[in-house]
Amino acid sequence: MHPILKLTLQRLGLGVLLLFAASALIFGLTEILPGDAAQAILGQAATPESLANLREEMGLNRPALTRYVEWLGGILTGDLGNALTNKLPIADQIAKRMSATLFLAFWAAIISVPLAILLGLVAVRYQNRWPDKLISGITLASISLPEFMIAYILVFFFAVQLFWAPSFASISPGMSLLEQLHAISLPVAVLTLVVLAHMMRMTRAAILNVMQSAYIETAELKGLTTFTVIYRHAFPNAIAPIVNVVMINLAYLVVGVVVVEVVFAYPGMGQYLVDAVVKRDVPVVLACGVIFAAVYIILNIVADVVSILANPRLRHPK
Amino acid sequence: MTEPLLKVRGLKIGATVYPPGEKPHDIEIVHGVDFDVDPGKVLGLIGESGAGKSTIGLASMAYGRGGVTLTGGTVEVNGRDVRKAALRDIRRLRGAEVTYVSQSAAASFNPAKQIMEQVIEAAVGQGKFSKADAQKRAVELFKKLGLPDPETIGNRYPHQVSGGQLQRCMTALALCPEPDLVVFDEPTTALDVTTQIDVLKAIKDAIRDTGVAALYITHDLAVVAQVSDHIMVLRHGEMVEYGTTDQIINAPLEEYTQALVSVRSIRHEEKQPTEPVLRVENITARYKGTHFDVLHNVSVDVSPGQTLAVVGESGSGKSTLARVITGLLPPRDGTITFAGRTLTPDQPARSREDLRELQMIYQMADTAMNPRQTVGTIIGRPLEFYFGLKGAEKQKRIQELLDEIELGTGFQDRYPAELSGGQKQRVCIARALAAKPKLIICDEVTSALDPLVADGILKLLLELQKVEDVAYLFITHDLATVKAIADSIAVMYQGRVQRYGTKSEVLSPPFDDYTDLLLSSVPEMKLGWLEDVIANRKMESAGN
Repeated sequence: MHPILKLTLQRLGLGVLLLFAASALIFGLTEILPGDAAQAILGQAATPESLANLREEMGLNRPALTRYVEWLGGILTGDLGNALTNKLPIADQIAKRMSATLFLAFWAAIISVPLAILLGLVAVRYQNRWPDKLISGITLASISLPEFMIAYILVFFFAVQLFWAPSFASISPGMSLLEQLHAISLPVAVLTLVVLAHMMRMTRAAILNVMQSAYIETAELKGLTTFTVIYRHAFPNAIAPIVNVVMINLAYLVVGVVVVEVVFAYPGMGQYLVDAVVKRDVPVVLACGVIFAAVYIILNIVADVVSILANPRLRHPK
Repeated sequence: MTEPLLKVRGLKIGATVYPPGEKPHDIEIVHGVDFDVDPGKVLGLIGESGAGKSTIGLASMAYGRGGVTLTGGTVEVNGRDVRKAALRDIRRLRGAEVTYVSQSAAASFNPAKQIMEQVIEAAVGQGKFSKADAQKRAVELFKKLGLPDPETIGNRYPHQVSGGQLQRCMTALALCPEPDLVVFDEPTTALDVTTQIDVLKAIKDAIRDTGVAALYITHDLAVVAQVSDHIMVLRHGEMVEYGTTDQIINAPLEEYTQALVSVRSIRHEEKQPTEPVLRVENITARYKGTHFDVLHNVSVDVSPGQTLAVVGESGSGKSTLARVITGLLPPRDGTITFAGRTLTPDQPARSREDLRELQMIYQMADTAMNPRQTVGTIIGRPLEFYFGLKGAEKQKRIQELLDEIELGTGFQDRYPAELSGGQKQRVCIARALAAKPKLIICDEVTSALDPLVADGILKLLLELQKVEDVAYLFITHDLATVKAIADSIAVMYQGRVQRYGTKSEVLSPPFDDYTDLLLSSVPEMKLGWLEDVIANRKMESAGN
């Protein structure tokens, strides 16, 4: 078998195993949390008898392992169950929410990834000179501020003072793409600022590392300009670490948007998860958790596979 | 009279150094050097490491490695002073008028790009050839340099061709843009001796056929004698002697040049084998996770107080044999008897006595020592570990050992970074000796050293052998070293012992084809040696 195919299959197998482990962990954690859905539904009106009855009705007093296996079976057949609070199928809700989150993440990624890599290349070109220091300074400052802080600062200037963008990012199917983009411009800006520094710093470090190699000297002695040397000879050899950090940040754009979605009241997965946690809607929390874990694992597998593909020794064996 | 292609006058080169614990300051590496290279001529630059050879070579391209700058004098290429030229103009010169061949082609090729793309990059990028023409020219060069499959080898990636082939690809890379001058920086030093002469011949023919001028940098006088018209001997950034190749080789004027020409002055009386201290019998070994043996049925003996030299090119299994003997790689089959005891195959299970009596010295003294320990700590460690020495007693023994390796007082408190290459290797020898071993395995211990320094190390090892009665298993690819110090020789080829016996037996004809190839490949300081050898060879070298 071709080594690349073998390594890729290995990664996929490991990913599946990891996903099972993550599902067990998420299920276990919701089990040890104090309180349950029955308590949440009854609230103040809970008496021991009514609690016991509701638990019996909802099947909450059966052994944890039985419920886990049932739940896992449901996921594998595409049935995420119904929400406890409104009895609606979770899958329908998640489909809607997930597409909204992906929409946001997609545009944040489209802007931040090329920008981060370009800034990284520029920082290497002008290493330790003012452009490098300026880029590093701004990106590090933006990563150091909490994201809700950045969000409120942007809202204050661009929504409250200048009226350029709405402070509530509500989108609906009836809106044109341009209107939708306008609606999400501020959350996209916040997310971009949050993930930029990490990717840019890694690009810079990975390329600088490669710049020490003898083949960079060869390229310089061919009379190439510094920027040509960087993108033609250094960048292809720095892809693996860069892709890794890009994927971690893409994962963050999907699973880490909770704060941003809440600040901008954006109807995505983050909002949904927060609502469910507040209402102790355990099946929804579980479903969101597993989906977040899956996104994370899949993107990391992609990063691994790209790293493998980027290695000429594996791509072209002797 | 023709105008010289490269005219260097009063060249001074400096660098800023950052010694630990001191303020950064500027030092001068090259102190005013003058020379000319005429069109189509080859000038050899020779000297030991630190002489400034490579620095001068790169100066002709106005390039300074790691903060090195040209501080004075003129470097004229085709009549223009590159020291004062703007970066734009220098870039137009690099890769077009002057090109560079480095010591390690393996590191100098971008691993992520096909060979062809890299070979034609300068020629196309400088606008000298169209892409199609450059490719055609590259294929012609591949043919001329004797590369296999010249039509398609350019489509391969650097890791898909051998070291010798890659070095020839690098030469093609340098010749492709039709430069006026090529700087060859130790182009054959990293290659096996049998591969070296093929590459050397290819380079020599290519220089002759293309009429290009060259600066040929090396520390090996015998090599440079084969290719150059003139030779300049450098030491500590200054010219020692300059003359025609014939004059430098046959009638050197300066004492330093004479020492370089007559290096390997060691005389060693061969001893007859006695009851062996180490007996290796029928060893077969393979690395974990592979499906082929790297050693097949290897049997050799080492007599007490004598030296067995194991020679062969890279990949012949020499170092693997050392790993098997030290227990780092348990063999699949065979036994090792040491001082009358059968050794356990794997190292962790061996007794402290076995560990003590079998010591090792490595090629890279740099990486074999903890950079954060002083020489005293490094040598003192085996004294504590094996003999439980402490305090004044230990200090006394450390001093004795330092005296034995001819380093005086005061070295105890130094760190490895403060020692020269030869001094570092001496400290490693002292560390091995501290354990009072019966056998020391020396793995290419002089390969990383300059010839004169290596000579000193070999003399020391022989001296210590007489005093301490220690046996050496001496692994090397350098036959001159073998001739100098061995009592018996094992020639290894593709994991097998090809020829084995006392030194006089092994080095006397009739030879098998491989031993003949190996022996004839050692460069000799004789004009026209290269052509004679190639004409009289019985087999092709393995590195091709």
